[in-house]
Amino acid sequence: MHAQPRKHHRFGGRTILPGFRLTLGYTLVYVSLLVLIPMAALISKVFSVPVSQTWEMVTSNRAIASYALSFGASAVAAVINGILGFTVAWVLVRYDFPGRRFLDAIVDLPFALPTAVAGLALAALYSKNGYFGNIFYNLMGPEAWQAGWATANSNVGVTIALTFIGLPFVVRTIQPVLQDLSMDVEEAAACLGANRWQTFWRVIFPAVLPAWLTGITLAFGRAVGEYGSVVFIASNRQGKGEITPLVIYSSLEQVRYAEAAALGVVLLLFSFVVLILVNLLQAWNNRVSGTAAI
Amino acid sequence: MANAVLPSVSAAPRRRSPLKATTEPAWIRGLLITVTVAFIFCFLVFPLFIVFQESLSRGVQVYWTSLRDPDTAHAVRLTLTVAAIVVPLNTIFGLAAAWAVSKFEFPGKRILVTFIDLPLWVSPVVAGLMFVILFGRNGVLHDFFWNGTRQTIPVLFATPGLVLATLFVTFPFVARILIPLMQSQGSTEEEAAIILGARGWQVFVYVTLPKIRWGLFYGIILCNARAMGEFGAVSAVSGHIAGKTNTIPLQIETLYLNGSMDAAFALSTVLSMLALLTLIVKSVVEWLAALQAKNAIDDGTG
Repeated sequence: MHAQPRKHHRFGGRTILPGFRLTLGYTLVYVSLLVLIPMAALISKVFSVPVSQTWEMVTSNRAIASYALSFGASAVAAVINGILGFTVAWVLVRYDFPGRRFLDAIVDLPFALPTAVAGLALAALYSKNGYFGNIFYNLMGPEAWQAGWATANSNVGVTIALTFIGLPFVVRTIQPVLQDLSMDVEEAAACLGANRWQTFWRVIFPAVLPAWLTGITLAFGRAVGEYGSVVFIASNRQGKGEITPLVIYSSLEQVRYAEAAALGVVLLLFSFVVLILVNLLQAWNNRVSGTAAI
Repeated sequence: MANAVLPSVSAAPRRRSPLKATTEPAWIRGLLITVTVAFIFCFLVFPLFIVFQESLSRGVQVYWTSLRDPDTAHAVRLTLTVAAIVVPLNTIFGLAAAWAVSKFEFPGKRILVTFIDLPLWVSPVVAGLMFVILFGRNGVLHDFFWNGTRQTIPVLFATPGLVLATLFVTFPFVARILIPLMQSQGSTEEEAAIILGARGWQVFVYVTLPKIRWGLFYGIILCNARAMGEFGAVSAVSGHIAGKTNTIPLQIETLYLNGSMDAAFALSTVLSMLALLTLIVKSVVEWLAALQAKNAIDDGTG
């Protein structure tokens, strides 16, 4: 059956279903109009000025400071999410307790809640007069608060907002993998004399590792581009408290399009790196869960 | 046959109640559950609670007055208009893309799917920036849309720009939910319908649509929530004119920067309720899908 002569293999694959040209054509036109043409415009704008000038814009002090904050805060947030997200996923999959389904549903909140609302709420909670901000203020005292450890209107605030944004990415990538882990393997490990800790590190963790890293990468990638929730809780001071998207935004407002485009391409290249990394990690994940099933 | 409907449930190994050897000591379990509950409450539930608490802190009267402010009312209308254009367009796109990707094989499919995913990973400000560069002053299409310093066809700082930016940011959602769903369902039923003489649109309406209706519904709700809540991309193209080009999220920012915290929180409750609705729909759809799969398996064995 499967060994049909190759000349019968037509574009679209072997199927009798209609609508291939219509739907693919429509998809291609739509993606071209909305993604490819605008992206080409962005890149052409960058090449409309000399490369040396673009390089200067991309490596200006203000830009470098913004990369440090965007990537630094995103990395810290991704690590926090890596640890707490793993715990949340583990508890939601493994343990049964009242309210579990509610917690499971609310994990998606950062996906569904508009970023402006999240930013506003977090800024109110973590400011000096907010519920949490007040606790931190009293714990650390006014000196530390002034010295940059304030939980709102500061770079710590940026990290808080980015942690909020990234949490569901880690939880939702690990959850299905944990769910599909077969109990047999753990029982076998226990029968062979492994204690629970050894079973976790040698049997469970290696199986979840690719998904865990995927989730962390996704959270990190999303956080670097995040704008809405951050601007409410960041200090937004030039050269100190600006994330890269904010620098792009203020260049746009001053009609300095070439500069905005140059920084935009930096973020765009980063998005592609994240996409490629995630694809590689997912291929690894498929290999790992493939061998685990045998 | 029955397994083809929704294989995810049958593929997962049946969960037994854990033995002592395959679970943690009670104190570790208790600790982990406490950490999880505390973290989710502080980090997710509390911010949501604070929005409602702050908005009602000055009483219901203030709440309703701030929502009836003319600029705020205009922002609500503008947001509804943008969503009414964006959501149907992206739903049609999602259906077309999911049909093309899940029913056929063609070279470059992975690249196409990657490009459909791309808006999820592009910074919203960069998304808005692309359209500013296309349509803005000094932009690539300057000659078509500008006459000196005036726009001949208003795209930027007007509804079309808001629509374009929102289209970009929200177009993956319906497609992303439908593609894995339709791939897992397979095409055997559609092929049977064609062999029995159905036309293309009949196959879609009578065979495919009933199979994917819950996924489609969730995709539309999610797309709508993101369309109404988008901030970064529309911020770049809007120009922030209160009463003219401010959508709800932009109006929230304007109110916040003007120090009208009560009004900002009052308007936030509207979007928060939309977010809650989205979460509820998602839970219900997942429950229905599990139920459907369970019934299918029962039918198959019975």
